[in-house]
Amino acid sequence: MTFEEIKNLLTDKFGPDVILGEEPTGRQPALIIQPEAIAQVCLELRDNDKTWFDFLASLTGVDYGIEENIFGVVYHLASIPYKSSLTLKVRKYHDRNREELPSFPTVSEVWKTADWHEREAFDLVGIRFENHPDLRRILLPDDWEGYPLRKDYKVQEYYNGIKVD
Amino acid sequence: MESTRYHKLISEVEPTEMVLNMGPQHPSTHGVLRLELITDGEIVKEVIPHVGYLHRCFEKHAENLTYQQTIPFVDRLDYLASMNSSHAWVMGVERMLGIDGDIPKRIEYIRVLVSELNRIGSHLIALGTYGIDIGAFTPFLWCFRDREHIMNMLEWASGSRMLYNYIWVGGLYYDLPVGFEERCKEFIDYFKPKMRELNELLTGNEIFISRTANVGVLPLSTAINYGCSGPMLRGSGLKWDLRRVDEYSAYPELEFEIPVGKGEMGTVGDCWDRFKVRIDEVEQSVGIISQCLERLQSDLKRTKEFDPRAKLPKKIIPKAQDFYMRAENPKGELGFYFITDGKSEIPKRVKARGPSFCNLSVISEISRGVLIADLIAIIGSVDIVLGELDR
Repeated sequence: MTFEEIKNLLTDKFGPDVILGEEPTGRQPALIIQPEAIAQVCLELRDNDKTWFDFLASLTGVDYGIEENIFGVVYHLASIPYKSSLTLKVRKYHDRNREELPSFPTVSEVWKTADWHEREAFDLVGIRFENHPDLRRILLPDDWEGYPLRKDYKVQEYYNGIKVD
Repeated sequence: MESTRYHKLISEVEPTEMVLNMGPQHPSTHGVLRLELITDGEIVKEVIPHVGYLHRCFEKHAENLTYQQTIPFVDRLDYLASMNSSHAWVMGVERMLGIDGDIPKRIEYIRVLVSELNRIGSHLIALGTYGIDIGAFTPFLWCFRDREHIMNMLEWASGSRMLYNYIWVGGLYYDLPVGFEERCKEFIDYFKPKMRELNELLTGNEIFISRTANVGVLPLSTAINYGCSGPMLRGSGLKWDLRRVDEYSAYPELEFEIPVGKGEMGTVGDCWDRFKVRIDEVEQSVGIISQCLERLQSDLKRTKEFDPRAKLPKKIIPKAQDFYMRAENPKGELGFYFITDGKSEIPKRVKARGPSFCNLSVISEISRGVLIADLIAIIGSVDIVLGELDR
């Protein structure tokens, strides 16, 4: 299925508002999906036998910079039967207040591999995934402060009494 | 936060069950992996992996260094297969720059040659240490003896035994040293009978089969859903090799088979199948190396004018774009996702998708209800490398 056909399939199924935009730049065009719909869109793309994106290659949490204050998640889907791939993106404005993290629906029900990937995005970028079954830090210690891959990250001076360089 | 699955599991442990920590210093976890087990006698009821003990902030480093400077860090991800990792990274950067078509054939063939040598080295470790996990000591020594030849050759080419920094963006650090091709041919002739010996010693061994066949069966649908790749996925019976799917570098011109698990000794996708896939892959890599050597000694022969650094870009500034590069590492699909802004020599964001990370996440699924001794067999068959898992 071509990129255009996938777009039509999604708008037919979920209405025209589901695709907020597209990034046709470079070799890997991406679809920007409405954040609330991402889990249903992924489920459809996985189960529809015309697309069959059964393999989630990678899931990345991104902080797009301090000027824009936009956080996003990038999904790299691959279809084993069709040998095709697709990039999906969701993004949201967030004012970086500490109490509430930017949050997106989880896709760990669609692909189990997303479970750990989302934990990693939560751990390093500070993105919350709604209804995630096990949202804990994964690579850093449980009592670490801050989210290192954020652009405004300042490392804590002391961790459990040990100076952090 | 208290309502996570982990807290639920731990708080619901029965008085007859025991919570047992395996690791982070347990030898059969192949590094600093900690597994929290909920056990009922000898039976493992639940496995909860805790990772991150070897986290070295790769992605943060990559946001502060140029693409060329990051290569040594990429080597340290999967330190048993550095060549393959840097090959993937370099191809990603070259494709973003649009110079992937200009790389001379000799360079492509040298890259494939050293990557396949490194793949054999990595698989030899996987096979040897797997023998030790099960209780067979001899294969381990044999594998390390043969791997030593590979280490020596790669050291000769790059100057380092494990962390090479040999494949550069647009070229290579140096051409192969004079006499390398001949030495490599000697090694292949030496290695072929050794491989047969190892096969006879372990693969058909009755004790080995009874320890691994029908243990840790990973059904194909589970493997795909958990994002398993490499020998894990092929062990479950799917012909999926990115070297063939994506046809990158010199692989389209080379002939090799994709071995898959067939369930010869038990069920498709058991530990024995994953082991056998690695054994067969070593054989295929030997074939690839022979083909590379043939080309490198005939039409792509070394010339005086050949300069592996001729095509190195002076400044690596890719256009503003997102790019996901994937390549087949010994452990599976290694992916790099770049976000660039088109102005600086430093990427805005880099994500490394390590195959060990995804392969390990399936462990709690396939080791529910097994014996503790079988769990060791299962971990060994996943073949994780913690450097890449924790990044």
